[in-house]
Amino acid sequence: MADEDEIILADLSDDELVLQMHDDLYDGLKEEIEEAVNLLIARGWTPYDVLTKALVAGMTIVGADFRDGILFVPEVLLAANAMKAGMFILKPLLVETGAPRMGKMVIGTVKGDIHDIGKNLVAMMMEGAGFEVLDLGINNSVEKYLDALEREQPDILGMSALLTTTMPYMKVVIDTMKEKGMRED
Amino acid sequence: MTDALSRLLASRDWLMADGATGTNLFNMGLEAGEPPEFWNTDRPDSIRTLYRGAVEAGSDIFLTNTFGGNASRLKLHQAQGRVHELNRIGAALGREIADAAGRPVVVAGSVGPTGEIFEPMGTLTHALAVEMFHEQAEGLKAGGADVLWVETISAPEEYKAAAEAAALAGMPWCGTMSFDTAGRTMMGVTSAAMAAMVETLPNPPIAFGANCGVGASDLMRTVLGFASTGTERPLIAKGNAGIPKYHDGHIHYDGTPTLMAEYAVLARDAGVRIIGGCCGTMPEHLRAMREALETRPTGPRPSLEDISAHLGGFSSASDGTGDTSGDPKRERRGRRG
Repeated sequence: MADEDEIILADLSDDELVLQMHDDLYDGLKEEIEEAVNLLIARGWTPYDVLTKALVAGMTIVGADFRDGILFVPEVLLAANAMKAGMFILKPLLVETGAPRMGKMVIGTVKGDIHDIGKNLVAMMMEGAGFEVLDLGINNSVEKYLDALEREQPDILGMSALLTTTMPYMKVVIDTMKEKGMRED
Repeated sequence: MTDALSRLLASRDWLMADGATGTNLFNMGLEAGEPPEFWNTDRPDSIRTLYRGAVEAGSDIFLTNTFGGNASRLKLHQAQGRVHELNRIGAALGREIADAAGRPVVVAGSVGPTGEIFEPMGTLTHALAVEMFHEQAEGLKAGGADVLWVETISAPEEYKAAAEAAALAGMPWCGTMSFDTAGRTMMGVTSAAMAAMVETLPNPPIAFGANCGVGASDLMRTVLGFASTGTERPLIAKGNAGIPKYHDGHIHYDGTPTLMAEYAVLARDAGVRIIGGCCGTMPEHLRAMREALETRPTGPRPSLEDISAHLGGFSSASDGTGDTSGDPKRERRGRRG
């Protein structure tokens, strides 16, 4: 609103800045999120704290409002885009500072399916939660999944599908993994 | 009024559309992840069987096996160069079955979403969407489809692009959206917003409505939302036969023929002119729906309570229409300018 005072992020206390970041994520304000992430790092926050207390906590609010029918996909995509910009800054710093790693995940949309909104959001939230995520993109055959599993040795495989004609492909992949004894690894 | 669908609508109170395409093709051996549209050329007899199944079960309208027949979807299978061919043959097979039916049956050329997201969130432009839908529409037209049938759309931008493509191809059309997210489409469109949007189009559809989504009761709630806007335009209801469940390696929808018959009667009583099924709706469901529509007397417009009593509860408390001022709001620190 034009009649409200403009918010200067640098003037906010840490606690206020984190709350403001939750609002800005909610509104999908990418540049404001980038600025705030840099501010917190400059104030000596660990990258891991910035990630969990500001970004992941903010996306949790977005997720809850999506679940409750208050936000819809366009708003969630904008929020995710802002989160991604913050993550881009944090990622190398997280590695440098040896932030806790939860495990490794391979994720992808199954063969014949193009829909990747849900998959992208899950991948981002898993990254935010401390997982190393390899995203295989869309339209993945059994062979592509198995290659990635061999090569990456992840702890978790994630599959995504939206269509009646592609949903059962998840079972094709799982059955092949069972045949090869890969589910026991 | 030169098109086959408008003629049928003028002569009848209600028309029955068809049921599922994917679920039926799986039962004939389609493998998960394979594009159903390839069967138009590879297994034409299976597609004839699919169409004939709907016609013999009493459908007045059936949709062609071309849902994913746009360049963006076919590209996943390196078949973006086959858009015209696959749509033309899918429609031509339908023409053949409809013309042999011995009664008027409408061939509706199915046009599903591109799967892409519009800018600024995604990369799809209006021009590109129109181009893809137009290419598909020309194929369907060449194969002899009576109308274009745009379905399972979430974004108003995509609906509008499909309308423009229909105009470019000189085709009459119908268009339904999927209301699967707390009563709205994934992109947040309410039933009331869709009813209003449809009337803003330079070439509005013959009929509009809802398909797929979350079971028959949610779909009926959406339909009541359309009806309450007072629209004069014919309404379409194509709901799923229940919810998908996994059984012995294949997907089974838990809605029985009896439930779908209840749904069909409720839809008619709500004022819907074109009633069909979507995922999980097999010929036995269609037969039960047709029989109920022909034998059961017309009743008053059902209430939400009637719908949940007959079809089961809703997936969300509200459908997002009407007064939302009482909804809980997130406490904000103030908005930015």
